[in-house]
Amino acid sequence: MRKKTFLALLGGLSFFIIAATVFVLITGDNAVLNPKGEIAQKQFDLIVFATALSLLVILPVFALTIYVSIKYRASKKPVDYQPDWDHSKKAETMWWGIPIFIIIILSVVTWKSTHELDPFRPIQSTKEPLEIQVVSLQWKWLFIYPEYNIASVNYAQIPVDRPVKFVLTSDAPMNSFWIPQLGGMIYTMTGMSTQLHLIANETGTYNGVSSNISGPGFADMRFTVDSTAESEFYDWTQTSKPTLAQLDTTTYNELRKPSIPPNPTLFYLKEEDLYWKIMERYTHSSHKYHHGSNIKNESSSESSEHSGGHH
Amino acid sequence: MLGKLNLDALPYDPIAIGGAISLIGGTIGIAALLTYKKRWGWLYKEWLTSLDAKKIGIMYIVVATLMLLRGLMDAAMLRGQTAIASGENSGYLTSDHFQQMFSAHGTIMIFFVAMGLMFGLINLVLPLMLGARDVAFPFLNSVSFWLFFAGMALVNTSLIIGEFSAAGWLAYPPLSGLEYSPGVGVDYWIWSLQIAGIGSLLSGINFITTILKMRAPGMTLMKMPIFAWSVLTSMMLVVTAFPVLTVTLGLLSLDRLLGTNFFTTTLGGDPMMYVNLIWAWGHPEVYILILPAFGIFSEIVATFSRKRLFGYKSMVIALLAIAVLSYIVWLHHFFTMGAGPNVNAFFGIMTMIIAIPTGVKVFNWLFTMYRGSIDFKNPMIWFLGFVMTFTIGGMTGVMMSVPAIDFQMHNSMFLVAHFHNMIIGGVVFGYIAGFIYWFPKIFGFRLHEKLGTYVVGAWLIGFLLAFLPLYILGLKGATRRLDHYDSSLGWQWLFIISAIGVGVILLGVGLQLLQLYVSIKQRHKLRDTNGDPWNGRTLEWSTPSPAPFYNFAKLPSVTHRDEFWERKRSKSKPDASPYEDIELPRNTPDGIIIAGMAGAVGFALIWHIWWLAALGLIGCIVILIRRSIINPGEIIIPAAAIKAYENQLLKRTRS
Amino acid sequence: MSHTLASTQNSSKVQLGFWIYLMTDCILFATLFAVYAVLRNNTAGGPSASDIFDMPFILVETLLLLASSFTAGIALLAAKKSMISLARKLLIATLVLGVSFLAMELYEFIKMYNEGHSWRESAFLSAYFTLVATHGLHITAGIIWLLVLLPKFFRSKIDSLTISRLTLFSMFWHFLDVVWIFIFTVVYLIGDKTL
Repeated sequence: MRKKTFLALLGGLSFFIIAATVFVLITGDNAVLNPKGEIAQKQFDLIVFATALSLLVILPVFALTIYVSIKYRASKKPVDYQPDWDHSKKAETMWWGIPIFIIIILSVVTWKSTHELDPFRPIQSTKEPLEIQVVSLQWKWLFIYPEYNIASVNYAQIPVDRPVKFVLTSDAPMNSFWIPQLGGMIYTMTGMSTQLHLIANETGTYNGVSSNISGPGFADMRFTVDSTAESEFYDWTQTSKPTLAQLDTTTYNELRKPSIPPNPTLFYLKEEDLYWKIMERYTHSSHKYHHGSNIKNESSSESSEHSGGHH
Repeated sequence: MLGKLNLDALPYDPIAIGGAISLIGGTIGIAALLTYKKRWGWLYKEWLTSLDAKKIGIMYIVVATLMLLRGLMDAAMLRGQTAIASGENSGYLTSDHFQQMFSAHGTIMIFFVAMGLMFGLINLVLPLMLGARDVAFPFLNSVSFWLFFAGMALVNTSLIIGEFSAAGWLAYPPLSGLEYSPGVGVDYWIWSLQIAGIGSLLSGINFITTILKMRAPGMTLMKMPIFAWSVLTSMMLVVTAFPVLTVTLGLLSLDRLLGTNFFTTTLGGDPMMYVNLIWAWGHPEVYILILPAFGIFSEIVATFSRKRLFGYKSMVIALLAIAVLSYIVWLHHFFTMGAGPNVNAFFGIMTMIIAIPTGVKVFNWLFTMYRGSIDFKNPMIWFLGFVMTFTIGGMTGVMMSVPAIDFQMHNSMFLVAHFHNMIIGGVVFGYIAGFIYWFPKIFGFRLHEKLGTYVVGAWLIGFLLAFLPLYILGLKGATRRLDHYDSSLGWQWLFIISAIGVGVILLGVGLQLLQLYVSIKQRHKLRDTNGDPWNGRTLEWSTPSPAPFYNFAKLPSVTHRDEFWERKRSKSKPDASPYEDIELPRNTPDGIIIAGMAGAVGFALIWHIWWLAALGLIGCIVILIRRSIINPGEIIIPAAAIKAYENQLLKRTRS
Repeated sequence: MSHTLASTQNSSKVQLGFWIYLMTDCILFATLFAVYAVLRNNTAGGPSASDIFDMPFILVETLLLLASSFTAGIALLAAKKSMISLARKLLIATLVLGVSFLAMELYEFIKMYNEGHSWRESAFLSAYFTLVATHGLHITAGIIWLLVLLPKFFRSKIDSLTISRLTLFSMFWHFLDVVWIFIFTVVYLIGDKTL
């Protein structure tokens, strides 16, 4: 076929694929674009804003490309062909100026949102946050509820509309804790304690994954998070302790061995300081760990102290 | 005697055995062909020991292309696996094998395909473009190539003896430390990169010196072709970033070999420091790859629009700005490591600032086309493909430069889509376009145009099909590097489309090989008769095609930017000065020997064969000392011979 | 070999190339310094800087190296003035001083190792040994280089190529001296004091 036809088809097909992608993004069931909590919602708003701002540049670029390609092709013998025209103050000002302006706007939004959505920052609420300690193991997630003396593998239950303060560490290679429908992720590292503040504003079941490779079993490091009414949550924490397996430092040493548990398990937490003991394995020989007592008053809306993580 | 090496190191599962056999088979096949055609002597004399930058350039491109095939095979296997490994079906790759495969895929594509194509093209074109006969240090050039080859050989050896790293292309500790990766895989990764990295560093020194010291008389920096500027800025990044890689790989190897505690989880080690160090190299690295691609497109757009490059000075400033800025963005690769909002926001803002000079370049290209008279040969079509794909990739990059957004996209398939978008749409498209553009100068005939158009089509559609679904997957919560996933997630159809896309890309590569074959068969019809097939603007087009081994019989002097275009326009007379003797460096096998020793050292350290490591190291030093004492000197080609050769070329052109 | 315009041009190319190489080496050391700075207090319950460094010993080492830099510098001036015999003596002095420096450093390492304080003990010690040993390896390379250059100075005349190479060697040697000053300051003087 003629080159012109082929190129037109190629362009058409490309745009079709792009358009189809956009269609699926907008209409599909896409976790990050269907937020179920305040943090994920704010992140979604940012995505929309950044996209809109970028399109201000992208769409003119596409349009200009198509325009010059068609108008100035040699076969059309363009009448205003100017082989030596190679600068224009007006044009330069525009395409340095407009992107600079757009980036300034985006920078301001970035500065504000980075502080507002700092994973270590407590969520403003009238309710007391629920603290859940998380340990990434090979290849499963351990959730510890020190308040309620229970612990769980690959499953967490949280009350709806109440801020949850995840406090995370690792007893395995570097890992990453991610519940896409509730908010962004945070790394977990040995000997350090990171934080992630999330909140579910709808009841439901949410998927969680590990998003940093930690060995062959890493693809199976999935967990589920159930967001339920406050009373249902309380009932779950009161699950009869004698019916549960016990989790203390001895049984933990078994748990931490590399394995891929087929089902979530609930434990009776006998060792309340288990999380800190797990960290201590790594920190008593290192000077980098600052204990959680550095963390400021929870109700403060200013940025909290960072214990662990890079300074 | 042989350290840790024993028969257990040979592959034992069918797919691994298949890979090993293909590699051995391929190598034996090439060796057999050379023996059958009695070409070993020719290969050794004309190519392997040559210090001619053009020949070294072609060798780089040949190796890079072979590695592209291997990398694409890996990609096809990976995407084939994810297309079927939904729910109960665990696919045909074990998790460990899958993880080794994507680690190899990334390592090979960046270090041996992209870097190889880049150094290859620079070697082919830079001296010609600057009006020089060779690079500043021809012997060092050979050493660089052979070190690159040795690194490549080491990676491929892991397919037959031992295993490769399963820790990703950047091997973060603690996963890559002795505790969690006790095997030899990570060591193969370390030493192939360490050796190839030294080669890259030496090339950086070589090309900077070439540009600063060997331009034709009259060619000021601001009269230099913009591709040379892109090479200069890229090489400045090479010489400042690669030492960081050398140290980082060195420290990881010390942890694994000598029990140091740089990145261990106890005794004071700091894995986060590795992440910072590796990305302090890693971010400049991706700019090292893209800047020459930008330079190539600048040359192509100006040439085929038959118009001066718009805003040359702006373009130079943009290149320098991008180079400088690339040093202060590295943390955007790990916003999620918990650095705190001030630090995250700073690096986020710095990252989005890079979008400004990049955008400026796009507009300058478009305005070069505006009021031009555009001939849409293949290279221009690649440019159009680049504009479409690279701008999408840039947009997704700006999104991820906002830390709070990145928290939802980091390490997901969205990220994978973004960086492939930049590397394929930007780097690969650029280097393929450059290869097509400069092919006639090196080989004397053009590539088949129509087949070439189909090639672009396949690559473009293949890329879109392979990677746009990954954007969707990322936003569905799919993290990267998964070898299987739950069927209830509704991800499979997207992975299937992606696998089809890889197939279309493979079709594109197949078409490229076909194009090469057909072009060689039709080379008389496609002959570049006067050295200027595209009505070019820069000095390389002023030589006959293929360019003679001495590049220029008489070194040109320059008065304008786009010197060749201006000469054609003013119908300037040819240089009537007398021919002079030409000094050229003598061929030498020393580059091969040094790299061979380096490779042996690498292999020895991987398998703990200490005597071999010591021997190899001593060997390298001895060769270097010997070369400094016994100087092989140059060949001098007398003026009369040059004159005769030139007359012959002239006769061939006229016929 | 002819010494034409090509050779002089050659020399300026080689000098630039070598300067760029030195810059890469500078970044190599800068990275090691950064690593040291991050890890210097990670002593894992083991000894810290003030526990193991013997300052008088280090001071002597430093003076030896500084002296060798001085003799190398004068040697180059002598060579350029064709004072070959003087250059030879000064280069031998440089060699002796350099080897002495290295010997003292090796002695320090072996002593620490025998006392049980090796690079395996803590991140601090890993960083210390690596930074100082990397410098030591560069000094070793310089000594080998000097040994290869020295025979030329036992002749009655030296050519411009030898001068050019001696220039590069002295650039390298002075550079290593500067790096040592930084090591002396950051590692030994500052040690584990908080700034």
